[in-house]
Amino acid sequence: MIRVNGVERPGPTSVRLLLSDYVRHELGLTGTHVGCEHGVCGCCTVLLDGRPVRSCLMLAVQAGRHEVTTIEGLAGEGELHPIQRAFHECHALQCGFCTPGFVLAVAGLLAKHPHPSETEIDEGISGNLCRCTGYASIRRAVQRAAELTG
Amino acid sequence: MTTRWFGERVLRLEDERFLRGTGLYTDDVGESALEGCFVRSPYAHARITAIDASAAKAVPGVVAVYTAADLPFGKTDLPLLIPHPSLTHGRTQKCLAYEVVRYVGEAVAFVVAESRYVAEDAADQVLVEYEPLPVVITPETAERAEQLVHADVPGNLAAELRQESGDVEVELAKAPHNLRLRLRFERGGAHPLEARAVWARWHEREGKLTVYDSTQSPTSIRGGLAMLFGLAETSVEVIAPDVGGGFGPKIMLFYPDELLVPFAAMQLGRPVKWTEDRREHFTAVNQERGQVHEVRVGYDRDGRLLALDVDFIHDAGAYTPYGIILPIITAAQVPGPYRVPSYRVRFRALYTNATPTSPYRGAGRPHACFVMERTLDAIARDLGLERAEVRRRNLLQPGDFPHEVGVGWQDGGRVVYDSGNYPALLETTLKHLGPKPPGEHVGLGLAMYVEGTGVGPYEGAHVQVLVNGQVVASTGIPTQGQGHQTVFAQVVADELGVRPEQVAVTTGDTRRFQWGVGTFASRAAVTAGNAMAVAARNVALKARRIAAEHLEVDPEDLELADGMVRVKGAPDRGLPLAAVAILSNPLRYAFGGGAEIATPFQARPRPGPPLPEGEAPGLEATGYYSPPLGSTWAAGCHAAWVAIDPDTYRLRFLKYVVTHDCGRVINPLVLEGQIQGGVAQGIGGAFYERLAYDSDGQLRNASFMEFLMPYATEVPEVEIHHQETPSPLNPLGIKGAGEAGTIPVGAMVASAIEDALGVRITEMPLSPLKLFELSRARC
Repeated sequence: MIRVNGVERPGPTSVRLLLSDYVRHELGLTGTHVGCEHGVCGCCTVLLDGRPVRSCLMLAVQAGRHEVTTIEGLAGEGELHPIQRAFHECHALQCGFCTPGFVLAVAGLLAKHPHPSETEIDEGISGNLCRCTGYASIRRAVQRAAELTG
Repeated sequence: MTTRWFGERVLRLEDERFLRGTGLYTDDVGESALEGCFVRSPYAHARITAIDASAAKAVPGVVAVYTAADLPFGKTDLPLLIPHPSLTHGRTQKCLAYEVVRYVGEAVAFVVAESRYVAEDAADQVLVEYEPLPVVITPETAERAEQLVHADVPGNLAAELRQESGDVEVELAKAPHNLRLRLRFERGGAHPLEARAVWARWHEREGKLTVYDSTQSPTSIRGGLAMLFGLAETSVEVIAPDVGGGFGPKIMLFYPDELLVPFAAMQLGRPVKWTEDRREHFTAVNQERGQVHEVRVGYDRDGRLLALDVDFIHDAGAYTPYGIILPIITAAQVPGPYRVPSYRVRFRALYTNATPTSPYRGAGRPHACFVMERTLDAIARDLGLERAEVRRRNLLQPGDFPHEVGVGWQDGGRVVYDSGNYPALLETTLKHLGPKPPGEHVGLGLAMYVEGTGVGPYEGAHVQVLVNGQVVASTGIPTQGQGHQTVFAQVVADELGVRPEQVAVTTGDTRRFQWGVGTFASRAAVTAGNAMAVAARNVALKARRIAAEHLEVDPEDLELADGMVRVKGAPDRGLPLAAVAILSNPLRYAFGGGAEIATPFQARPRPGPPLPEGEAPGLEATGYYSPPLGSTWAAGCHAAWVAIDPDTYRLRFLKYVVTHDCGRVINPLVLEGQIQGGVAQGIGGAFYERLAYDSDGQLRNASFMEFLMPYATEVPEVEIHHQETPSPLNPLGIKGAGEAGTIPVGAMVASAIEDALGVRITEMPLSPLKLFELSRARC
């Protein structure tokens, strides 16, 4: 069993299954995206016990004793999470493919630095590639999210 | 007074599904599809002597392995898009190679299995024997033609095109000053973060093929599949769902997978999908940017251009599936915003043993801009003039439009600039850039560009008011992040007097709208945006005609506002748009929601049929927009203060200012996102992204570990200023903006580095190592 978004789910059908493929194809949580499969782009970022990790660099079985949060689990079906709201308000997404990874990376960043400096923001999102926005709006969204979460 | 949404910073309507992770990208479609995996050539040029798939077929879980011999279209050349008379030796690949492979990554076999994991295991078991052949890898090597990429293409020459306006040789000889430059641009790749993917299902009983494809042109894919599989077009539906970035290379007809996935689905009677991984994307997807330009320029003592001669070679890669659009665009766009009294351009498109090329954001324009701006900088240096002053003296003036450049355009017509104010772009940019910041090794970068946008032939749109008052709109072009669901909703909302969030826009789904061309060449807003306006206007006219009968007023006295069709000056007299939709669709049965007013026994405004003569049911209309021959020409100016670290040669932007003019702006928020994102890609192309092929044709940096794209740490916040010179060519007065941000960045960065370090920049992309070498050579 693996705990994903607060729910116990049956473990992967194969020991060699990547965590990214497990959440996408066995749990149907397709908000976790796969952009490079070698741990550079950050699209597949999920939270493991609240910390951002690359689900394409982990086997699903390694997540066994941890709490996995995917983008679908951040706000559930309720109102948007403040980070999601900030991304919307600041136009910090275009094609949306990198967005779940960014949002979860920012969740990890704000957990560590609730009021991040500009350098901390750049550092916090510098493990995620975005090919559409040119990042300026994402930086603004991080600042806005920090305001919203107080 | 009615609210106007055009021009407002409307927050995007499509955001929520992306933010919640509930978007639908092609790989998300699922439905227990079988999964495919390709066997691709590891050689850049080789003869295939044997293929043995028996071991692969024996792997448990494998359902099929296809080689060329298994395909009814196995010996057919894939289509050549956009043929051109100058493309005398066009060549396209087979769906799966069976005699010769001509680039690393060319598809050889396709394995279908119960899962991708099994398909990849089996792909390793497909045994292909190759006999390596000599490799041609750079355009310079191709030009020497000591080896041939295609045995039947002499000189590796796919195409040659010469154009001349004026008498360049005479004018060069007469010019008081002459300069020569050699300017090189290396290959790059677009790399949208979603690689490509195709999903297909064949419904036997309905005789219907459904395909999800991350393409930039679903309507073309549909037409091509119908033709190839002998199906009626009405039996094929192609959907480009959410697409994770496009930037050009996702438009092709066809990549092999776009045939093989539907083919396998029809053969196997089960849904099949293929999702590209990043490694194969590096070599299997079209690239761009390899060109070498020889420039001769003549000018007077004031720095005014007299004659320009550009002779360049274009690295077409192994095949020419996309014709010669790229060099045609470069040739057309070299003169840029400047007056060039005599201009001659020749290009030769040459085959190499590398991945084929097709447009990537900018599409030959970054090269053209680099050529012109480098030339102007060289003139400034030669005459000891300010770089801005040389530009000022050569810019076309606001009274010069329409301006014919004297060369052909990608639509088959001539290049004619429709409108603009170029001097204002330059002065606004310089004013906002301000004085040089303190510090060492700080340089000024400056570059200007024009961009032919909104190329034809046409796009269309359908707009309908549903009986609950919801408005739905659709167009054939797909979306890869440009915010079409918002900007088209703004356009429709204005015409129908509703709010944008009441308009649900669908793009790139042939089930909803089957006509159109595609999203490329900064054309979506111009073509589909204007089509939306035309369709919505027709709906508004119809709403006024129908409501007029019931309100017993003249349609001219009615307006659409606040979700009502109402009498001008008497807003209490009117009908909700939803009620007009119901009146337009007379029913025998009432379903509630107000439908009872339209049933046959209700009072009618007059005897006879319920709708006025000539009126069709449904509050809906279709509209098309086809630009008159010629494009809308956007323009802009980029300037920056750039600092180079003297130890690491790291590039830092101290201030970056863009002033751009794409006509009337629909949504500044979305537009600024396009520009900022374009600049980021331009920075990548200028300083980081280099596809490093070795002489054997192997791509040595086929991963994001070594092919470096900018992160947040490399991209500055760009200060963006809008200038609006409406286009006279379309009802909305708009021009395209998708590629603009990228075009001048290379030229601008080169200019800044030259200024900061005193070295000469003649190539793209640069890198810290390159700057180190140039600086050392100078010492």
